[in-house]
Amino acid sequence: MIRLKVNGKNHRFNGDPNMPLLWFLRDEIDLKGTKYGCGMGLCGACTVHVNGRPARACLTPVSAAANAAVTTIEGVSPDGSHPVQVAWEELDVPQCGYCQAGQIMSACALLSSKPKPTDADIDTAMNGNLCRCGTYLRVRAAVHKAAELTAANRTRPAKPAAKASSARTTRNGGNK
Amino acid sequence: MTMTRINRRAFLQVTALAGGGFMLGLYTKAGTALAQGPPRMAPLVPADFIRIDPNGIVTLTAKNTEIGQNVLNTLPMLIAEELDVDWKDVKIIRADADNKYGPQFTGGSSATPMNWEPMRQVGAAGRHMLIAAAANTWGVTASECSTASGRVHHKASNRSSGYGELASKAATMPVPDLRSVKLKDPKDYKIIGTSTISVETKDILTGKPIFGIDVSVPGMLYAVFQRTPVLGGKAVSANLDAIKALKGVKHAFIVEGRPLRNDYPNYLFEDPGFESGVAIVADSWWAAKSAREKLEVKWDFGKWGAQDSAENAKKAQELSRQSAARTLRQDGDVEAIFKHDDIKIIESSYVIPFIAHGTMEPQNCTAHYKDGKLEIWATSQIPQTGRTMVARLLGLPESDVTVHLLRGGGGFGRRAYNDLMLDAAWISKTVGAPVKLIWSREDDIQHDYYRCGGFQYLKGAVDKGGKLVAWHDHFVGYGEGTAFAHDGGFNANEFPARYVPNYRVQSTVMPLGLKTGALRAPYSNCTAWVIQSFIDELAHAAGRDPVQFRLDLLTTTPLPLAAREAGLDASRMMGVIKLAAEKSGWGKRQLPKGTAMGVAFHFSHRGYFAEVAEVAVDSNKKIKVNKVWVAGDIGSHIINPSSAEAQAQGAVIDGLSEMTQEITLKNGRVVQSNYHEHPMLRMSQAPPQIEVHFLKTNNPPTGLGEPALPPILPAVCNAIFTATGERIRTMPITKQGFSFA
Repeated sequence: MIRLKVNGKNHRFNGDPNMPLLWFLRDEIDLKGTKYGCGMGLCGACTVHVNGRPARACLTPVSAAANAAVTTIEGVSPDGSHPVQVAWEELDVPQCGYCQAGQIMSACALLSSKPKPTDADIDTAMNGNLCRCGTYLRVRAAVHKAAELTAANRTRPAKPAAKASSARTTRNGGNK
Repeated sequence: MTMTRINRRAFLQVTALAGGGFMLGLYTKAGTALAQGPPRMAPLVPADFIRIDPNGIVTLTAKNTEIGQNVLNTLPMLIAEELDVDWKDVKIIRADADNKYGPQFTGGSSATPMNWEPMRQVGAAGRHMLIAAAANTWGVTASECSTASGRVHHKASNRSSGYGELASKAATMPVPDLRSVKLKDPKDYKIIGTSTISVETKDILTGKPIFGIDVSVPGMLYAVFQRTPVLGGKAVSANLDAIKALKGVKHAFIVEGRPLRNDYPNYLFEDPGFESGVAIVADSWWAAKSAREKLEVKWDFGKWGAQDSAENAKKAQELSRQSAARTLRQDGDVEAIFKHDDIKIIESSYVIPFIAHGTMEPQNCTAHYKDGKLEIWATSQIPQTGRTMVARLLGLPESDVTVHLLRGGGGFGRRAYNDLMLDAAWISKTVGAPVKLIWSREDDIQHDYYRCGGFQYLKGAVDKGGKLVAWHDHFVGYGEGTAFAHDGGFNANEFPARYVPNYRVQSTVMPLGLKTGALRAPYSNCTAWVIQSFIDELAHAAGRDPVQFRLDLLTTTPLPLAAREAGLDASRMMGVIKLAAEKSGWGKRQLPKGTAMGVAFHFSHRGYFAEVAEVAVDSNKKIKVNKVWVAGDIGSHIINPSSAEAQAQGAVIDGLSEMTQEITLKNGRVVQSNYHEHPMLRMSQAPPQIEVHFLKTNNPPTGLGEPALPPILPAVCNAIFTATGERIRTMPITKQGFSFA
């Protein structure tokens, strides 16, 4: 029996302890935000935090996360109000969006250790996160923006002000 | 309004006319202009796209598949503009595959050119019906009414009504003829030309299950499918009993597949292939994947089991020395020119590798076959064709096949092939349960429809005045007889055809046991590199400035277009070359030693693009692209400026990644398996700045998914030559010892 906490919620798992955390999150507890990209730790799409540190969920056996606190993209904020998410939206970062959960998790980890990162810091921290669409320039700009927003939040509450307008969305067809 | 049957094929063919380069997958015979005349489309019904709730919220249906190009916004933006509603009041839903939406073809940078008119017409027709409803209610004439922000106004009587109040009456009004409905004056556009963030961005940022791979269906099982590693191979037997005994495994069985056609069919529309292999179905994907590691299969690999890339390269060398099998285009007399002794002759050969798509979201598809009906959840770029194919495979009427479209984690042409639909549907039918088939990254890299490789043997001549006077190219590619493999051909009418008086392009093909297909800017993504690199070689041989040499070429009076031939508009191309040169300070900036600028242009997918790259190369041949300037002309309007910039910047980074990629064959199998062997650029390797400039010209808006990509490869290689004196003629660049720093 493996016990772990995901986004503040307790979970137990009786299955294969070698199952990567990625598939536990996606298929056992239905948190689909963490993405499968390569299964070899090459692309970073599956990045989550284990006890606050970034980890590749595709290479982390669920047993290695026993008794740990795991944070996934769903746990960053319930409504997209975290400064990193706000910055990402404001600078219109995602294209296909598949790698972005991993990008955001890496960015959050970077900013918690380096609140004011340089371009070089960002490159080092984010180099493990591949983006096939080539959003790197906006990712880099958004990390800087998130750093500014976080600093501003310390003195006053953040006001998410999207530069580009955003319509509401609903989905059909898919997840009935 | 009645629906007429869509002649999809005719429509798709029409879209290729005047396209420049080739539209994705519509390219069957090199040099064939595919069709002519205005697009034929079944009449669209506004109600299929527009729903207005009593509270005024407008729900618009996005007909095309989202794969990162923001088409989920783009097409509804066109409707919303003409409907005259505020974007904040718009909701968007994804369409299922359905012919009532017209062609849901997501490829070939065609969403904008195919939908620019019809989607605006749908919106305008909706507005017309809302005005009719208001005029009818108020007893006034429609021409006295106006609209703004989702309301109809009658100024004379100072009355107004929201669309929400008018919606149910509007639905009973006659539907106007879409072709004659009045469209807005572009100066009144409020949405077209304004950046809008994808309606799914918030879902992406908070991890909502919106991608194909995220689908959950009650009672769903998970599948892996070990396809034959050699094209056309067959699974003869496997240790199925041992596999079935493993934990979590519910089913394991051999898929016979279908004998493969051996004439390189158009995999997009004719047959994506239904290959033999072994399916393992389990209660979790991890269980299925783990079981596969214990799978032992006896294969019959058939005729391609010994194929080898090194052998193909050797053979191409031999073929290049023989006379070509086919002459694709011939103007003037190149051989006569090459005999002159007052000219300078340059001969070069270029090697184009196969490359894979490697979309970030691995291929997947969920299917549920039940009681003779099939439901599919897919990320297909050509879903209507997929539905036809899967219905045929399972012997179902198309009306019993429902295809839901999900967001795709990147497409780049890979999701235009509906092979996963066939596999998933077959597996679901066999096991009698809903099944989610997910490919591993290794499956994805090793079972692609690859960008086709080839070998180009060029010979060109410049005269004493520095003018290009002869151009000869022998393309040694892949195919059967004299026909090219799918999307593996060569367009002999590509620039500089018509602009050089003595011009000849010939081809020879050799057999290939690998599926090939459309990859972002198919054919252009490698052709532009070869042609624009060789033009650069000739410019240097002539002692001319590379920008001026190109402008002079384009200023030449071209040979007339042949019937049905599409050609570039030289004035539009010169416009973007001059813009790129101006913005980059071409020829005006002092650069340190080892740093240089390179230029290239290309016309494809109806778009005109010129790019300048500033590149630094160190003594270890490490390349850093300092900055890229992109200048593009895709017509009169940039529908969504933020997305447009993103597409162009992404295309540049994608093109740079391609410079590092190669797929090779050994013993009939693809050697590379994952991103470590088929890399893409990482953040630190990407140019820190990519400036994108659009030249707005009085031409219909065209697409942007592809045409910004082709020029970046030659622009960077041309800069490397100027910086180092070494010309890159073989991709990937690592073959010549270069790499991105």
